[in-house]
Amino acid sequence: MTTTGPARLGPDADPVRPGPTSPITLIVDGEPVRGVEGQTVAGVLLGAGRLTWRTTRHGRPRGVFCGIGVCHDCLVTVNDLADVRACQRRAVDGDTITTGEPQ
Amino acid sequence: MSVETPDVLVVGAGPAGLAAADAARRAGAQVVLLDAAGDAGGQYWRHLPAERPAADERVLHHGWDKFTALRGQELLTDAQVWLAERHDDRPPTLHVLVGPADGNERTPRTFAPKALVLATGAYERTLPFPGWDLPGVFTAGAAQALAKAERIAVGRRVLVAGAGPFLLPVASSLLRTGAGVVGVFEANGWSRLRKAWTARPAELLSTRHKAGELAGYVRDLARNRIPYRTGTAVIAAHGTDRVTAVTVARLDPEWAPVPGTERRLDVDAVCVSHGFVPRTELAVSAGCGLDAYGAVVTDENGRTSVPGVYAAGEITGIGGADLALAEGVIAGLAAANAATTSAASTSAAGTANVGVTEEQRRARRDNQRFADRLERAHGIRPGWAGWLGDDTVVCRCEEVTAGDLKAGAAATGSRGLRSLKLSTRAGLGVCQGRVCGRTVEELLHRHTGGLLDPGRTASRPLAAFVRMGELAAANHPEESA
Repeated sequence: MTTTGPARLGPDADPVRPGPTSPITLIVDGEPVRGVEGQTVAGVLLGAGRLTWRTTRHGRPRGVFCGIGVCHDCLVTVNDLADVRACQRRAVDGDTITTGEPQ
Repeated sequence: MSVETPDVLVVGAGPAGLAAADAARRAGAQVVLLDAAGDAGGQYWRHLPAERPAADERVLHHGWDKFTALRGQELLTDAQVWLAERHDDRPPTLHVLVGPADGNERTPRTFAPKALVLATGAYERTLPFPGWDLPGVFTAGAAQALAKAERIAVGRRVLVAGAGPFLLPVASSLLRTGAGVVGVFEANGWSRLRKAWTARPAELLSTRHKAGELAGYVRDLARNRIPYRTGTAVIAAHGTDRVTAVTVARLDPEWAPVPGTERRLDVDAVCVSHGFVPRTELAVSAGCGLDAYGAVVTDENGRTSVPGVYAAGEITGIGGADLALAEGVIAGLAAANAATTSAASTSAAGTANVGVTEEQRRARRDNQRFADRLERAHGIRPGWAGWLGDDTVVCRCEEVTAGDLKAGAAATGSRGLRSLKLSTRAGLGVCQGRVCGRTVEELLHRHTGGLLDPGRTASRPLAAFVRMGELAAANHPEESA
């Protein structure tokens, strides 16, 4: 486990006393990434420790900024559909996520 | 496609919209309540999805019992309003797409309500600083949303900074999500805070439960030995592909950094909030008048300048959840009253009794005073521009810098916001100026000696991002009226 960057809190340490969850797997740039049902695409990516998944025209990295669908920093391609806000889109088991600028 | 004609349509299911829909239903109106998100609650009661039940979710919230009482209402979720089609003699017709966010096969629905309540809330105002576009720099609201709805901590060594009481619940949420918080830095100094918060103490009595909330946050900070510093701000973030450190500095009362007070702190995330901006896209496209702060103008019954259109909550001015609840009740009752009585009797209903009790009106007034106090204590001061460099990005989408804005104004000699936006491209990117709009206006205002057309960044032809294919598939607005 890394000791820096974003992380999803494990159920044992969580004061909200979470119930059971159902695992899901997204295919992100060809690699499986695990999350739980009910997460957004951004939640799955951040939960896996990933902070950045896009670059601007000038090559600056971008990930989540506003987290509520306003800033459009977190755009991804979901199942071949470009320009989806990762923080707003509910992740579905088996979704194919492509990061970076759409082709 | 058929046009649906409910008595009352409520847009937004946060505190204001939930309260409005509930009040309108209790008054006997047929109500449709919709929200762009997948569940009720808005940002304030943002919570875990149904697929992730938790026994003690209330430890992350205030007013959870109130939410539990309001959330059982019928709600149309994942419903994005993208166009308000105006009419002269009745509320606008709203065009809605229902389905997964930013999808391309959503179901179009059209509503021509007898009365419309807008409760679209607010989003954060984050002032730019060098490095604020590095990954790992978040709005405080992002940290809060990720903690509450995902149980994700944005980092392990997190600094929370900006202005306003919202910084405190964000720090508490981070702590309950496993993050380490290195400090909470408020830009305003003690003298301003003390003056605003201790004036006319009797007024605070009716909102004294907020003091209990505050005490809880302070306890969280004390228990974890987290410093709360006033008159201090993050003036730069450092790192190559992610934030690894920040520079903080003391601010003078006008928020100008005090030279020689800079300090570097190692962090892996920064959460920044300098206040909130009313989310008025829909209100603007419906034709509602705004005040100088960009909030929707309403009368004491929540009526906007457009007949049949009401507004409640943060879009009428930033005042927090209690004020939003109070305004929601009043707007919901007034809308229900207007929708279910004849046109002749409502035309003069501006100050008429619409079923609002004196107690409900008092709740609104008391919380309004609290909101005024908030602005006096925490409102943005102009000195912040002192921490910008010429190469500091202001518009994140189009990567327009502070220097570009200055040069654009000098080169063209223009004092027109519209023309300067077109020549610099500031605010023309994918977020449509939602993040940088006010900042761009303020900076251009200074560089030009005064803009001729301020306030224009809130005007957008479409209230939300829609795909061309969906636009073509949805029926043409003129055919649906």
